[in-house]
Order: sequence, then C-alpha cells, then structure tokens
Amino acid sequence: MLPAIGQFNLILALVLSLLLTVVPMVGYAKNKANLMHLGRPLAYVLFALVLSSFLILITLFVQQDFTVTYVWQHSSLALPLRYRITATWGAHEGSILMWITIQALWVALVAKFSGALKPDQLARVLSILGLITAGFIAFILFTSNPFERTFPAPLDGRDLNPLLQDFGMIVHPPLLYFGYVGLSVAFALSVAALIGGNIDEHWIRWSRKWTNMAWAFLTMGIILGSWWAYYELGWGGWWFWDPVENASFLPWLAGTALIHVQAVSERKNAFRGWTVLLAITAFSLSVLGTFLVRSGSITSVHSFAADPTRGLFILGLLAIFAGGALTLFALRADKLKSTESVAFDSKETLLLANSLIFIVATFTVLLGTLFPMIFEAMGEKISVGAPYFGLMFFLIMIPMAMLLPVGGQIRWHKGALGSSCLALWPYLTVAILLTALTWWLVGGINVRGTVCVLGAFWVFSATTGQFFQQKKHASFVGMSVAHWGVAFFLFGMAMVEHTDTEKDVLMRPGQVIELGGKTFEFKGVEWVSKENYRAQQGQVVVSEGGTVIATLKPQKRHYPKQQNPMTEASIHPGLTKDIYVSLGEQVNDAGAWAVRIYIKPFIRWMWFGGILMLTGAVIGLFSARIKRLEQRQRDQMMQESLGLS
Amino acid sequence: MKKVLFAVLPLTVFLALVILLYVNMGTHSERLPSPLVGKPAPDFQLPTLYSGRTLSKQDFKGQVWLLNVFGSWCPSCRIEHPVLAQFAEQKIIPVVGLNWKDEYLDADRWLKQFGNPYDEILVDLKGDVAIDWGVYGAPENFLIDADGVIRYKLVGVLTPEIIENELMPLIKELAP
Repeated sequence: MLPAIGQFNLILALVLSLLLTVVPMVGYAKNKANLMHLGRPLAYVLFALVLSSFLILITLFVQQDFTVTYVWQHSSLALPLRYRITATWGAHEGSILMWITIQALWVALVAKFSGALKPDQLARVLSILGLITAGFIAFILFTSNPFERTFPAPLDGRDLNPLLQDFGMIVHPPLLYFGYVGLSVAFALSVAALIGGNIDEHWIRWSRKWTNMAWAFLTMGIILGSWWAYYELGWGGWWFWDPVENASFLPWLAGTALIHVQAVSERKNAFRGWTVLLAITAFSLSVLGTFLVRSGSITSVHSFAADPTRGLFILGLLAIFAGGALTLFALRADKLKSTESVAFDSKETLLLANSLIFIVATFTVLLGTLFPMIFEAMGEKISVGAPYFGLMFFLIMIPMAMLLPVGGQIRWHKGALGSSCLALWPYLTVAILLTALTWWLVGGINVRGTVCVLGAFWVFSATTGQFFQQKKHASFVGMSVAHWGVAFFLFGMAMVEHTDTEKDVLMRPGQVIELGGKTFEFKGVEWVSKENYRAQQGQVVVSEGGTVIATLKPQKRHYPKQQNPMTEASIHPGLTKDIYVSLGEQVNDAGAWAVRIYIKPFIRWMWFGGILMLTGAVIGLFSARIKRLEQRQRDQMMQESLGLS
Repeated sequence: MKKVLFAVLPLTVFLALVILLYVNMGTHSERLPSPLVGKPAPDFQLPTLYSGRTLSKQDFKGQVWLLNVFGSWCPSCRIEHPVLAQFAEQKIIPVVGLNWKDEYLDADRWLKQFGNPYDEILVDLKGDVAIDWGVYGAPENFLIDADGVIRYKLVGVLTPEIIENELMPLIKELAP
C-alpha cells in the first residue's frame, strides 16, 4: 500500500509542477493577477506531495519492505537503523527523489520569501522553477522509479555498499544537492528576466541571497566529499580530479564568479548580461554534472549506477533548460543593456577580472574532464590526469591570489589603481617575511609550494589590514571572512601537498619505529566484532618524548555480503598535523603487517579555509544595507498598489 | 559585432557540448568495440615494476591474458581492485597490470596497501604505450588471445557480473 501511495503522490506532483509551470506564466502573459497569485499555493502543495513521497521511501527502508526493489537492493536485515534511513539516498533512485524533495523545498521557500519581488516577477520565477521540478519528476517517474516492486520479495537484501556506511557519505550528497538546486533560483531569475526583457537591481539583490546560500551549501558538500575521500579511501589523498569531483567543482567555480559579479550588478546598472549568463552557466553545469555521474559517460569512483537511458534523459533536460535559456539569451541579451559605464580604476573592474579568472578555471576543468571524449569522438585517444589539472589550476590561481588584495583595496566607482597598489606594499612585505620564516621553519619547500604559501600570506595580511581600516558592515565582514578562508586554504594545501611525510613499513608486534620526531609502537592485530561487520583491528601507540599522544586503531573491515575487506584508516587529528595510520596486508602468520603511517601537516587548515569561505557567504546574508533597500522596495510596491486601487 | 558574439557564442559552445555528449553516449551505451578489438595488440617495450625485466608483446605469446590499466592515483581502480584480485586468485589466465603514469613509490605503496593481484606489472610512466593502446581512462581492461590479438576491451571497472557474463565465456572460447 505505502509504495503505491508514494508513487501516486509523485504522479500528482508531476501534474502540479506542470500546473506551476503553466498557470503563473499564462497569468503573466495575459496580465491576470489571480492566475499569477496561484503560484504560491501551488508551490506549497507541490512540496508537501514530494516530501510525503520521500518520507514514505524512508519508512519503507525502516520497515525493511523487500517487496520494493530499491529497498532490497540497498539494504539488508543486518543493516543498523541509521544506515537503513540513510540508504534511502544511498543510490540513484533515492538520491534523485531527494534531489526533487530539495528542489521542491527550495521552490516553496522562494514562494514564501519573495516579498521584495513584484507579482509578475515572482510569477515568472516560480514558473521556471516549476518547469525544472517537472523535468526532474518526469526523470524519476520514467527512468528511475524508487517504488518499483519485486514479487515474491527476497528474504534478505543485498546490503548497502560499505563505503557508504559512513557519516561523511550520509551528509555529503544532500549538501551538494542543496547547492545544485539552490543555483536553480538564480537561473530561474535569469530566464524570467530574459522573458520579460528587463532586469533591475532589486531583482539581482533578491537573487544574490539565494546564490550565496546555494554556494555555501555547495562549498560544504565539496569539503565533506574531500574529507570523506581522505579518511575512507585509505591512502590519504584529499582531491583526485576525478570527473565526478569535477562535476561538483564546476558549478562551484561558476558560482564563485557569479557571486562576485552580482556584487557589482546589484549596485549599479552594469554587467547585467554577464550576470545573467553566469547564472545560467552555473546551474547548467550542475545539471551537466548530474549527467556525467548518471550516464556512465565517464569512468569514475562514483559511477555505481550508470545507465544510458538515464543519461539520455538528463541530456534532454540539459538541452531544454540550458539550451532554452541560452537561446533566449542570444535573442534578448541586448535588451538587458547596461547603462552605466565602469571606470577602469575601480573595484568593479577587479571583480570582473575575478569572474573572468574563475570562468577560465571552469572551462579549463571542463575541458580536462571532456578532453578524452572530444578526442574519442574524433577517433583518437588521449588521457588527462591529475598532473594536467594540478598544473593548470596552479597557473590560473596565481593571478587570482595576486589580484585579490588589490580588489579589496581599491574603491568602488572611481578608485586609483596606482595608489591602491602602493598602499599594499606593507602587506606584501609582511607576506614575504612570513613566507621566509615558514621556509626556514619547515625547511625547504619546492617552488610551487612556496608560491602557494606566499599567496596565502599575501591574501591573509592584506585582508587583515583592510579589515581593520574600514567600516564594518555585514557584507564587508562576510567578504573578509571568506578571503581569510582563501588564505587558510592555500596555506593548508601548500603544506599538505609539499611537506607531508609518510612511511610504509613492515611491523611485527612490539616493534617501534620513528617518524617526524614521534615513535610508533605496533601492538599487533586482533579480531573485533562490530554491529554489522567483523574487523581486524590493529593498535598503534604514538608517543612523543616518552608521553603517549594517541592510540590509533586502524581496521580491515569484513562485511558479510562483501568478498573483500574495507580499509579503515585511523587518524589522530591535530591543529598543525594529522597522524594517519592504516593497515596494509598481513605479511606472515607471526602477526607482521604492512603498516602505512602518514604525517599530514596542516591538512585541517584547508577544510577550515573552506568553512571560513562559506561562513563568509552566510554572514553576507545579514547585510543591513540590503535589508534597508529591500524594505524600501517593499514600501514602494505597497504605495503603488494602494495608489492603483 | 562584439555584442552579437557575446549573445551567440554561449549557445554555440553549448550546442557543440551537447552534440559531443550525445555522440559519446551513443558509442558508450552499446559499448561499441574499440577499433582495436580484433586487431593485433600494439607493440610495446616496457620495464616491469618488480622483476626488473623488459617485456614486449612477444613475451606473452601463446596464452590468453588480461591487461589491466591502473594507477595509484585512480579512485576507480581502488573500487575495482578487490574484484580483480578475486579473479586473479583463481589463476585462470595471467593478469598483467599496466601501471599508467604513476610514480614508482606511489604504485608500490598502493600495491602494498591493497595487495598485488598481478602476475607481472608493466610500467608506462609517460603514458606513451597507453596512447598506442587507446587507453581512455583508468581502469581499462584488455583481453588478448594467444596470437596477440585484442579480443575484448572494457573501459571502466570490472564487476563480478562482467567477468561472469562477458569475460569468462570469451576466455573459454579462446582457451586451447
């Protein structure tokens, strides 16, 4: 019964989302206020329906209803309750249902918090969002129905992939979805603006909050993904330029460009077309990312559930959404003409430069991801790996780090580039001194690492200096916090990439080795039984100067339905370094094991930097200036409507 | 003119992208055999990771063998590894690794950590041989028959199903 209800609600939701697409848009075209006002309630009901479907799927997992194909494929009787719940979005069908739920939530929130929008603007935005939602609901109903049944039901399920039985993997996908889906708001706004042929600063100001929020979620999702790879995949890497990682990185890069350009186009009538184009790009890249993950076009660690039909469907959605938006853009971009000119010596120019750098980065990563395909289409073969991405990205981010402090220094509208650069001298001096100090303390970092460290101190000292010289309001504080994040990230990355130490050793029980001024004593390996697996658990006692710092317990986990063990590293996290121990193979019957020991300096700083960036984006939401302007807009709208009636 | 370019360029780029994705998906969905399938395997001269020899195609003549392209930097290889290990353990055919664009130390560490399923490991540090073989991304698998002809190619991760349904029947057919 429950599965049927879930399915039925989804069908209803499809109908409603199509209504949401059509009704407000017709209302806009015929200028009928009552039709336009229907958008809001439709959005709320749509969300309620989709949410109920999602909750039903969770319930089916909790109840272990193995008549549902998706449930027995990704769960088992032995699976603990918390993983049964999270298994709901552990594979394709459920995760798309979650995507739709988040999309519908976002639509409902847009409907709720849109007081600063004129009714005709809101009607168009909701209509476009309705179309996007309808596309994804159709996708789930026609290609990936999570409520499909199996009769007779199997006695036990296949179990959830052990890699996904983990906290990081539980929260990583939803966060990314919040980010992807959040970008659809800026997209909808752009398309709505193109349809009407006009866009004003109120509108951009309104969409800016949504972009910031989406970008913050995306950042968090990417950080968690990186953290998960670090501790779960068992060899200490934190970013692999895997196509699917790139798929989440692309919208992030475009979103970063968008956030910075919106800061200009919200203040003055400039870069309007560029803002619209970037918003379209950012969301289109989210959909493209989904395509890459789901179609199996690209080999990757994530492509568990690749299926050409699904790929084709998403490609169709991408063609409709992005193709439609870009066609509109081609036809009407001239209507969004910017009227104010921008002086070269101004913050505006530097923000534009920022967006160009990030777009170049976006396309570099995109090309690197697609190059193998392009060449294959031409009948040739080529391979692109981490070295390409690492080098290209390094080169592109040099101007980014160089220009960031200049952008912070120079004034809006009419600044002076020369004197701004002069004012930055002290910061550069500080940065060079600190880099030299780091070089001396750490003892020899290669060129790339040194450049990164210099960039980190340069951004940090300038941002700090500027912070104390200016009047503090929320958007300025947010910006500073985010830029500190950039500095932390750069520093952490430089350190972990260029000064980490590692050792692979064969250890007998009782044996002691030294690494990085610490001693590691191997106590041997024993079998332990946990909830739904058994593990060979090693014990390594780490001490420094005779005192024990940590006892690490790396594991080889054996899950009943998996042939091969999972490696689970044990990490002692620290402010300046992580100590990371994982088990290799058992070497002989006397209890000797291959043990891998890493010291990862400052790796937390990278993620902390990411957290600062997203915190900055969130702080920016509380801008008093924007609140004031929105209130003024609301008052004006009120007056107009009173004046009319 | 500049205005028109700004307006039309994004759409043009996008259309090219969609066509590319579509064409590519068409070839992938049917797993169109690589042009190399049915042709003699490209020649190579490569050092090995551990045994200190230099091997060429001729050294594998007279037997059916599997070439698995891998790298320690490749997350999918980590996923594929247990499946490959299980297959290699059965000793049905020799499993040869092509360690692709990998530093010696990284590869060695990776193999020590997860286990070495390979009978022999060829080292293609620069990736030249991989290009001759049309390698598109790691992991990739080639089945080569006793005459040195490529009979099967899989881009992507081996799964127990693929081994059972595609690889094993072919091996039975090719084995003398």
